[in-house]
Formats: sequence, C-alpha cells, structure tokens
Amino acid sequence: MTSAKFDRRRFLATTAGLGLAPYVHTSRAAGTLNIGFWDHWVPGANAVLTKLCHEWAKKEKVDIQIDYITSQGNKLMLTIASEAQAKAGHDILSMPTWWVTAQERHLESMDDIMSRLIEENGDVVDVVKYLGRQDGRWLAVPATPGSQTKPPCGRIDIFRKAAGLDITKMYPGHGEPDKALTDHWTWDEFANAAQRCQKAGFPFGLGLGQTTDSTDWVGAMFSAFGADIVDAQGNITVRSDAVKQVLEYAKRLASFLPPDVTAWDDASNNKWLISGKGSLIMNPPSAWAVAKRDAPKIARELWTFSGPKGPKGRFVAGLPFYWGVWNFSRNKPAAKSLITFLSQRPQVEKLVEGSGGYDIPGFSGLRDFKVWAEEGPPKGTIYNYPPRGDTIVSIAAAPAPTAIANQIYTQATMPKMVARYAFAGDSLDRTLAWAEDELEGMMRT
Amino acid sequence: MSVIAHADRIQAPPGAAVRRRKSFLRRRSTVAFFMALPLILIVALLVLYPASYAVYLSTLNKTMERFVGFGNFLFLFKRDSFWMVVEQSVIFAVTAVLFKAVIGLVVAHFVHNLPAKGQRKWRGMLLVPWVIPPAMSTLAWLWLFDPSYSAFNWIFAHFGIDPVPWLGNPYWARFAVILVNVWVGAPFFMIMYLAALKSVPDQLYEAAEIDGANWFQKLWYVTLPMMRNIISITVLFSLIVTFANFDIVRVLTNGGPLDQTQVFATWAFRLGIESNDIPLGASVSLFMFPVLAFAAIFILRDINRRGNEA
Repeated sequence: MTSAKFDRRRFLATTAGLGLAPYVHTSRAAGTLNIGFWDHWVPGANAVLTKLCHEWAKKEKVDIQIDYITSQGNKLMLTIASEAQAKAGHDILSMPTWWVTAQERHLESMDDIMSRLIEENGDVVDVVKYLGRQDGRWLAVPATPGSQTKPPCGRIDIFRKAAGLDITKMYPGHGEPDKALTDHWTWDEFANAAQRCQKAGFPFGLGLGQTTDSTDWVGAMFSAFGADIVDAQGNITVRSDAVKQVLEYAKRLASFLPPDVTAWDDASNNKWLISGKGSLIMNPPSAWAVAKRDAPKIARELWTFSGPKGPKGRFVAGLPFYWGVWNFSRNKPAAKSLITFLSQRPQVEKLVEGSGGYDIPGFSGLRDFKVWAEEGPPKGTIYNYPPRGDTIVSIAAAPAPTAIANQIYTQATMPKMVARYAFAGDSLDRTLAWAEDELEGMMRT
Repeated sequence: MSVIAHADRIQAPPGAAVRRRKSFLRRRSTVAFFMALPLILIVALLVLYPASYAVYLSTLNKTMERFVGFGNFLFLFKRDSFWMVVEQSVIFAVTAVLFKAVIGLVVAHFVHNLPAKGQRKWRGMLLVPWVIPPAMSTLAWLWLFDPSYSAFNWIFAHFGIDPVPWLGNPYWARFAVILVNVWVGAPFFMIMYLAALKSVPDQLYEAAEIDGANWFQKLWYVTLPMMRNIISITVLFSLIVTFANFDIVRVLTNGGPLDQTQVFATWAFRLGIESNDIPLGASVSLFMFPVLAFAAIFILRDINRRGNEA
C-alpha cells in the first residue's frame, strides 16, 4: 500500500532531491555570477579557465563576472577575510589551504557536489579531506588551478657525479618508479646525498625561513618521522621520541645546507637552483619553468622526483586550492553548477594542460593526463610531480585540528624549531620548551 | 534658565531669530567648520570607524562569536613571543627615529648653508628616498641584502672581506630594517628642519656672534630652542608612523630570522590574517595606541604652552 500523505520525511526527501537536481535555468533566470579566481602565475592558464567559464555561461545563460585575484602581497587572503567580514562579495571564491576550514561558518555545504564528483573522478587524497572537510561536511570543492605539491627537484648531472645516484632511473619519466632504488631513497640517504653534493660545491637549497616553502619541506620531513607536534585530538606531543629524533636528524642535514637558509623566502630556493649554485630544492615545477626560459642549460638537467622515505613513510607536501561558495552568495545553484562543470574530467584536463602541468587535481582518478609525461626538456621531467608510487601527500602540522595546525603552519613553528636547534645554538631541551610554550599559545579558542 | 533669559525669548521679535541664525552662519568658526566638514567626514569614515571596529574586534574571542572584554590583551601579556615583539618594536622605532632626527638635522644644516642657486636641486634629490613608495625601495634594498646574492657582499668579495649575513643573523637583520627605515624617513626630517632653520631670524645669530658664541653654542642656544616645536612634532609624528611600520619589515625579512625582526604591524598581520585570529591581531595592533596617545597629549600640550608663552 502506498501512502499519498505528504509527511515530514517525504518533504525532506523531495527538497533534498531538488538540491541534488541538475541546475535548471530559464532564459537568464540565474542572473549574474561573481567569481573570484586565483590569478595563476603560469601565462595563459587564466585564459583557459575564462574560456571554460564562458562556455558554461553561454550554455546555462548566466552572466558571469570573473576577477583574477593575485596571491602576491596576500591579496587573495585579504579578499577572503574582508568578504567574510562584510558578508558580501563574490559568489565563488578560490581559497588556499587553511582558508576553507577557517571560514567554516560562512561557507555553503558542498556535500551534494562532492559525492557526485568523487563518484566520477575517484576519491580525494587525505590532505584534501583534512583541509576541505569539517565534521564530515565538505566546505569547498578541491580546485585544479593552484593545487600543487612540493617534491624534490634535483640536478641530474650533479646527482650522478657527486651523489652517485641516477634520479631519472629511480623515478623514470614513464611507468612506475624503480622499487629497488626507491627503497633505498630514505632520509638518511638524503642527508648523505646532501653531504656529497655540498662537498662537490652544489649544496641542497632547503630554506629554514618563515615562508611556506620552508614549512612545507620541514613538515614532510616531520611527517616521515611520525613527529607530530600536536596530535589529532589537540594534545601537545612535542616531547615525543619521534620529535627528538627528527630534530637530531635535521641538525645533521642542516650542516650541509648554505649558512643563510634561515633568511630564505619562497624565491630564494628557486634562485638557488636556477643560478646553478644548488643541486636540489623542494618546490613545484616553477623553478624548472623559469629555468627553461632564463637558463635553458640548467633546465635540461632538472628532474622532479618523489621525496625520501622515513620510518613512517614517504611524504611530500601538498597544498590544495579550493572553490568555496559563501553561504551569503546570491546565486548558489549557479555557483555549484559551474564548480561541477569545472571539476569534470575534460575540463580538468584542459586546465592542467593550460598550466603546463603545474596544477595537480585533487581527485585520484585525474592524475593520468599526458601533459606530465610530455613536458620537457628533458622529456618527463615533471612526470613524477603528481604523487606516484608509495608517496603520501601531507601538509605540515597535520593531523592537528585545523584551527591549531593553521597557526603552526603560518607561524613556521617547525622550521623555527630546526633553525633554533641547528643554527641558533639552542639545546634540544630549550628548543622543545620554546615550541611547547608557542603551542600552548595556539590552543586558545 | 534664568527668568530674564526666558523673558527675552518670549519678547524677541520673529526677525531676531533669523538674524541670530545669519550671524551664526557668518561667524568665521562656523564657516571654517563647514569647510572642514568633508575632511572630518572622510577622517571619521576612514580612520575613526576602522579604529573603533578594531577596538570592537579586539574584545571578541577567536571565532568572533563571544565577547571577552580585555581577555585578548591578558592572553598576550602572558606570551613571551608578544613581549619579544614589544621589545623589538621599541628598539626599532626609538633607534630609527633617533637616527632620522640626527641625520635630518645634520643634512638640513648642510643644505641650508649651500648657495641658494643649487639648493633646490639638492633638496629635490635628497627627498627621493622619501618620495619613492617604501615597498618598492625596500625591494631594491632586499636585492642589496639578499641572503645568497647580496650586492654588498659581492663588492666585499672583491676586497677579500667575508660575506655578511645581512638578513640571516638576528642582529644584522635588525640593523638592516632600521637602516632602510632611516634611509626612507630621514628626508622628511631634513625638509622639516630645513624649513625651521630658514625661519630662524639672522639677527639672533649676529647677536650670538657679537657675544663671541662658537658654532656649537649657536646651535645649542639659538638654533635648537628655535626649532624645539618642529623637532617635537616631527619626532612625535615619526614615532607614531615608525611604530606602525609594516612594509619595510614585511618585504625585507618577513619578521625573520626566528621572529627577531617582528614588529607590531607584521606580528598583528601574521596572527590576525595569516593565522585567522583577527581579534588577537587587532589586540596586537592596538597595544601601542594608549602609549602613543598619552605621549601625543603631553607633547602637544607642551607645544601649545610654548606657543602661548611666545
């Protein structure tokens, strides 16, 4: 027997169904959509995104207004903060790493879109979930433009001569990594290679400053040693054996780095590699791309490959970008429709190609595009830029609750711990006490 | 209200009120107020409103959902890193203002004593550091101090001198940010002092000379007392601006190494915007407000008193 009664359950089911229904329009029914996208640094990448948006807008008969907002001078961050304060602004806004969970109260749930996209594109990696979801609710959709990882980028010739390691054989430009070689590619071996390259006059360029490049590689190293300084429950765990072990290791590694790394910013490592002074940095392929233009001889010797393995695994830093929709947006259905369109495979492939392989999609099923194998010279140089093999993508300070991890990350607590212990002459105990005090200050709610 | 005043009001003819209104509108102070009104509105909108909003923000908890009163300030007072920022800000502002004042005074004297014909060119050239937007000129300084490719170190290398870790060593980094601030700000002092010097009557120097005063005595007993008000205002203004400095530290060191060059504004930005704790950032940025307001009241009162004495 079926009931015709329109009860509460039926009402909820119907309205939920409406929410998931494809975006339906009448002529210009959806009005205007204001979008704030991250201003891509790769020339031409914005044009691809603009073209795709107009393609969608024409089909859906929506007027769109796109602003490309640079992250230079933290303009994107300031835009997010001010729009959240004013509760007005764009309908869709690009948000980097920590900004999604920080704006949790102001963001529209994306559960409906994400369940559909995960079904189509495969699951997302843990770091994308960690930064994009809160209490099981998706707050934003991982965006292709701007999402990056920071694996090592090394000099093929110097590694061969000085470190006796063929990085192109270990992580070839096609197929799977060489298991025998990658098994030996550990943080200990990394320090040995750093020592040999330094002796040869080409030290590794790993910053210990207060900007993201420094935090990212140090974070990957801490993760590889299982050295969480705050655990997932928010307890300070800075005095663990793993943290002591990673600091002892970092002190040894730091002795092979250039003496001024505590003053490095995000441009310093790129310059170090492009100038020919260094043998390895940890960065997206921007250094290689600039070298291709300004120092082609060096670019031909650059190879991106996965990071070394530690006791807890092989970690590489990943910084996903997201597209969020404000809960005060005036055009949520259109916003969700556009985000869904841009997150589908054909569009994602065009975006990745437009960025020359710089962008890494958040979905696991979208990492098989040809562009990474074809880019060069040398051909296949960024094939291993999307994480392959046993590589785990992580972000510094995870798995701490994001409100605490955000502060650990932006205040560069981990690089400062290494710099204090390795360069400033602090004892291990003093370094840990300093970190403990800093972390206590980050616990406020 | 007195009975007489009340009676006046009752008995006043209707034209008297119109005349009073006309005379009120014709008063110089009323005209001045109306002419300044657009500026007052702009200041209220762009200064008073944001400042009041910052005060309001500083009384909220981290998620900005709960009123905590002075809770954020009490929290900051317990943090070592905050007191480190206070100490560095004071060192930065006081040292920079002191050097700017001394250099400004010396250069103003030099320019003042130049022949009138070429003086304008020198004045123009000396103002260049102050005219260029600091964020841009600091970028040029960053290239000079760059950790790996410092132009200064490149020159030193030609003379066999070891490279200096300009931005890698906390003391050199502090020196670098103060140096750039002095380079940017000294021309402002110079031009203010030059204007003050030009207003000192020559007769005073002639009288001092007749009394047998040497150059130092003329400076000490004639020039400086005559410039006292300008010096006070310039120092006060520069102290406020230097305490609020952001761009030089942000571009040159980003607060590093190991936060040893963080000042109020950069630390407030790091906590408030980058770490998503706007109330705490607002509290850091407001910390110096009462101190500077107190100093401003005393200095301006002193200037006013001297003005009245004159």
